[in-house]
Amino acid sequence: MLAHDQDSLKRPPLHGLHVSLGGKMVPFAGYDMPVQYPAGVLKEHLHTRASAGLFDVSHMGQLALRPKSGRIEDAARALERLVPQDIAAIAEGRQRYAQFTNADGGILDDLMAANFGDHLFLVVNAACKDADETHLRAHLSGDCIIESLADRALIALQGPKSESVLAKFCAEAPSMKFMDAGPHQVAGIACFVSRSGYTGEDGFEISVPAGDAERLAKMLLDNPEVLPIGLGARDSLRLEAGLCLYGHDIDTATTPVEAALEWSVQKSRRSGGARAGGFPGAEKILAHFDNGASRRRVGLRADGRAPVREGALLFADANAGEPIGKVTSGGFGPSLNAPVAMGYVPTSLSALGTRLFAEVRGQRLPLAVAAMPFVKNTYKR
Amino acid sequence: MTTTLYTSDHEWLAIDGDVATVGITDYAQQQLGDVVFVELPKIGRALKKAEAAAVVESVKAASDVYAPVTGEVLETNAELASEPALVNSDAQGKAWFFKIKIADRSELGGLMDEAAYKAHTA
Repeated sequence: MLAHDQDSLKRPPLHGLHVSLGGKMVPFAGYDMPVQYPAGVLKEHLHTRASAGLFDVSHMGQLALRPKSGRIEDAARALERLVPQDIAAIAEGRQRYAQFTNADGGILDDLMAANFGDHLFLVVNAACKDADETHLRAHLSGDCIIESLADRALIALQGPKSESVLAKFCAEAPSMKFMDAGPHQVAGIACFVSRSGYTGEDGFEISVPAGDAERLAKMLLDNPEVLPIGLGARDSLRLEAGLCLYGHDIDTATTPVEAALEWSVQKSRRSGGARAGGFPGAEKILAHFDNGASRRRVGLRADGRAPVREGALLFADANAGEPIGKVTSGGFGPSLNAPVAMGYVPTSLSALGTRLFAEVRGQRLPLAVAAMPFVKNTYKR
Repeated sequence: MTTTLYTSDHEWLAIDGDVATVGITDYAQQQLGDVVFVELPKIGRALKKAEAAAVVESVKAASDVYAPVTGEVLETNAELASEPALVNSDAQGKAWFFKIKIADRSELGGLMDEAAYKAHTA
């Protein structure tokens, strides 16, 4: 077994709980996190889709942007300087998916931005959170007080039973719609609750003070519908849902258009919109909107049973030719009982049904461009 | 009378005369987690000791299974293609991977018996 330096790893507030539940702990983004519990990735995945799963995502970064002027629209306009999304249009109690872009139009990180009335609440990726905070301080300090909420844990409750479970502790939960977000009491604890997640299922993410996290997690896990779910199933669930993993499916070399994330860029920020441009890399990103990009992220379904994993080269031909693209995420989809993958291909080869080949252990395996999500999402709109 | 030996890479070999039946150990399947795909060598393939002979994939990752000895592949377990989860339920029984004709019996000397393997995984 590979040894890793336990001492250099940070421990999430629920670390003791993970260990007591039999979690197999692995290093992830600098944290010692559970990759799976005794049930195993397959059962954890299927349980989440059938019932409810509890995920510890406390390694992710949580930040508050408070407008110095006291006007939330000033914080929203300030954040719009760093993202191609319409932040000003996020109503109080709502959240939106966004990306920090760089001067080349690439993606520095993807995030959730919520309007909490007097401030914006952001959730960013673990591996990027220090860089994101530095980036925010460098560009928004004139307008905003940037507060790292490092003393909060983040728990996701995902799956069809998550509403009925959370309703026992949070009366407002059932009336929340997909992407509603705001401060709510959960079991009497002052939490931030959003109806969102990373599985394609209905569910919630709950930001909770670190000191209350274990108590809350145990209360949720006391419900027979809820099983603890590790990062392994989190990855297979998000892959089936067609959701991007930062650093794999999107990175500093992919624009939101190449990444097929056009839906996340509102018309107001595109050419001809009321606040078109004005974010890093706008020239390139808007050109991609206006003229198209030469490559595109697509879903891929293999004909056979062999998983096609990250890094596999894609070819247009069974025998010859140069690679035309690469798989950026891939594995086995337990709900589909079949391999699923996503990757980048030339836009000319991105139409649904396009036949391609992936090289796996020296063999070219046939696959086809397929619609995402691979598993229909069940968000409560 | 068969003898079962083990490799440090967590394969088992049940030796019957000059034929070894090869699989992965129960310890290995526990470490891998839920097996979703198995790729077996072609019958007739000449394998060299320590060469990647088969692949076993869990939801998360692919792992090589190495030839524990040099020899020719005589038979493979077709059942694993349709039911890879057998590796989890019966790793050291029904989930054998392939049978190999042992070319050089002296290679068996470097393998572990059950007691030594238990100590290796303890």
